[in-house]
Amino acid sequence: MNTGQRLIEFKEVTKAYGKGTASMQALRGVDLSIDEGEFVAIMGPSGSGKSTCMNILGCLDTPTSGLYSFKGVDVGKLDRRQRALLRRYYQGFVFQGFNLLTRTSAIENVELPLIYRRAPAHQRREDAFKALETVGLKGWESHTPGELSGGQQQRVAIARAIVTKPAVLLADEPTGNLDTARSREIMQLLNTLNSTDGITIIMITHEPDMAAYAKRVIHFRDGLVETDKQNGRAD
Amino acid sequence: MLWNTILLALRAIRRNMLRSFLTVLGIVIGVTAVITMVTIGRGATVQVQQQIASMGSNMLMLSPGKRLGPGQSSGSAPFKESDADAIAKEISSVTAVAPVSSQSLMAIFGNQNWTTQVTGTNNQYLKVTNRSLKAGREFSDSELRSGAAVCIIGETVRKKLFGGQGGLGGKIRLQKLSCDVIGLLEAKGQSTMGMDQDDIVLIPLSTFQRRISGNQDVGMIQLSVRQGASTEKAQGDIRTLMRERRHLSASEDDNFNVMDMKEIAKMLTGTTQLLTALLSAVAAVSLLVGGIGIMNIMLVSVTERTREIGVRLAIGALEYDVLMQFLVEAVVLSSLGGLIGIALATAGSFFAARLMQVPYIFIPGINVLAFLFSAAIGIIFGFFPAKRAAMLDPIDALRHE
Repeated sequence: MNTGQRLIEFKEVTKAYGKGTASMQALRGVDLSIDEGEFVAIMGPSGSGKSTCMNILGCLDTPTSGLYSFKGVDVGKLDRRQRALLRRYYQGFVFQGFNLLTRTSAIENVELPLIYRRAPAHQRREDAFKALETVGLKGWESHTPGELSGGQQQRVAIARAIVTKPAVLLADEPTGNLDTARSREIMQLLNTLNSTDGITIIMITHEPDMAAYAKRVIHFRDGLVETDKQNGRAD
Repeated sequence: MLWNTILLALRAIRRNMLRSFLTVLGIVIGVTAVITMVTIGRGATVQVQQQIASMGSNMLMLSPGKRLGPGQSSGSAPFKESDADAIAKEISSVTAVAPVSSQSLMAIFGNQNWTTQVTGTNNQYLKVTNRSLKAGREFSDSELRSGAAVCIIGETVRKKLFGGQGGLGGKIRLQKLSCDVIGLLEAKGQSTMGMDQDDIVLIPLSTFQRRISGNQDVGMIQLSVRQGASTEKAQGDIRTLMRERRHLSASEDDNFNVMDMKEIAKMLTGTTQLLTALLSAVAAVSLLVGGIGIMNIMLVSVTERTREIGVRLAIGALEYDVLMQFLVEAVVLSSLGGLIGIALATAGSFFAARLMQVPYIFIPGINVLAFLFSAAIGIIFGFFPAKRAAMLDPIDALRHE
């Protein structure tokens, strides 16, 4: 379901940490473009620069040099506040460690990004219920993370990420803490979200099994894109 | 949005009930202490004022000796009854003059005995001290003149010697003097200095001088100034008169002392208020300590919740949102502490007032002030931790274990 609209564009993006001789070059000039509706898996060994790339994609970090444009906007020119607003209105995050608020019910966790969007209370409730239903957690709304399994917690986290109907869902090793069966469920869910709801998904993973669900796989090595292939999988 | 933030803060506080309670304990204790102190202090002040009003604020007290303070005097010539007569005659604004001599003696009736203040005076004493008889009669002129063995007793003495009722017409013994009870004083309660004003036996001054003290001295002179007349002027006139009668040259200091009840009133209320202020200040220090407690816990909370803050920043919270979240949490915490403190103080000062027998006076101002102050503490001590939370780098915060 690639609509062809350019969503993300990296041009010669570099990222260096530290200064002088101690400086570490995490990205060494990455060119990359992702269109709306894509499902991209980013793979690579640790230290290959994939996490740095993800942080920049998520506007949590800015490139040292090069251009990152999101929906045609040069993110490098945005300040901390504008980047936060960009995250608020266009991006959804899923983390390896779920990162739900403890002792807070699933529905309240899902409502959180809507609260920051200043959505009215009834609208929040309604959207949060729908999002939980989408991830298959209807009936679990009032359970706290402690009462949910790892897979269910990650579903809540995905619901929290998609409740705002973001332009892109960024998932950092979403299955890293789950067993194979749960991981497959999560991947199927992401797949459905991508193919049915048309949400663009960019996901980091270590496991080729999981990457196989994506339509496109990008390999990083030593701060550069090593391979960038469309999966031979038919939709 | 603010309402949402407050709800979120309440949720965070509820999630950690015990810790939240311990955090605000300092504020609770501080607010309770300050309000209780001020309330009791106000009650004590009002009580002092009431008692002085009941004693007659137009009363002057004349005692021998240099001015040293209430109840103290250095040895100088005592007064005579003629001094009292002279004042009554010379000073026009004086309505009643009572020469007073007293001594602590044991009063005996049957097998009951009670040590009390035996006071030799005249009928004017009742007028000056604003007292009345509940039964019996005052001294007659002939009794006053001849030094008859008669007495008027206070309620405490009556109770101790005669029990539940009676007393009038009884015969009590004071040392070797056996005297008839001809009158009973109306009860008056505790005096400003905490003395029982009903623990008293009045006898004619001449009886006291002849049968008890054995000399013609008068311990002090109490008098009242006509309502509306200036007590300051009367004070001055009496001073001039007494200097003359005691043959003091211009270079000599007074060897007597005229005290105005108004002055005593001012002094006593002043003391009460100063004490209240001091105690409240000490209590206020605990509010400050409570504020530091809140800051401490908020800092711990920010560190503990670093990851949470990271998540919030990642999903679209602005620095402002995080700042507000922690600030509101601190303010809600400290305000709750203030409210609990106010509730405790209301109950506490009510019972303390009962216990200390001072009137309980609810002061709305101090309650409002205490509440606002505790909220302000939340803002002041919550700001630094909140700022620290808001400034966190989302990447570092998310990586935080």
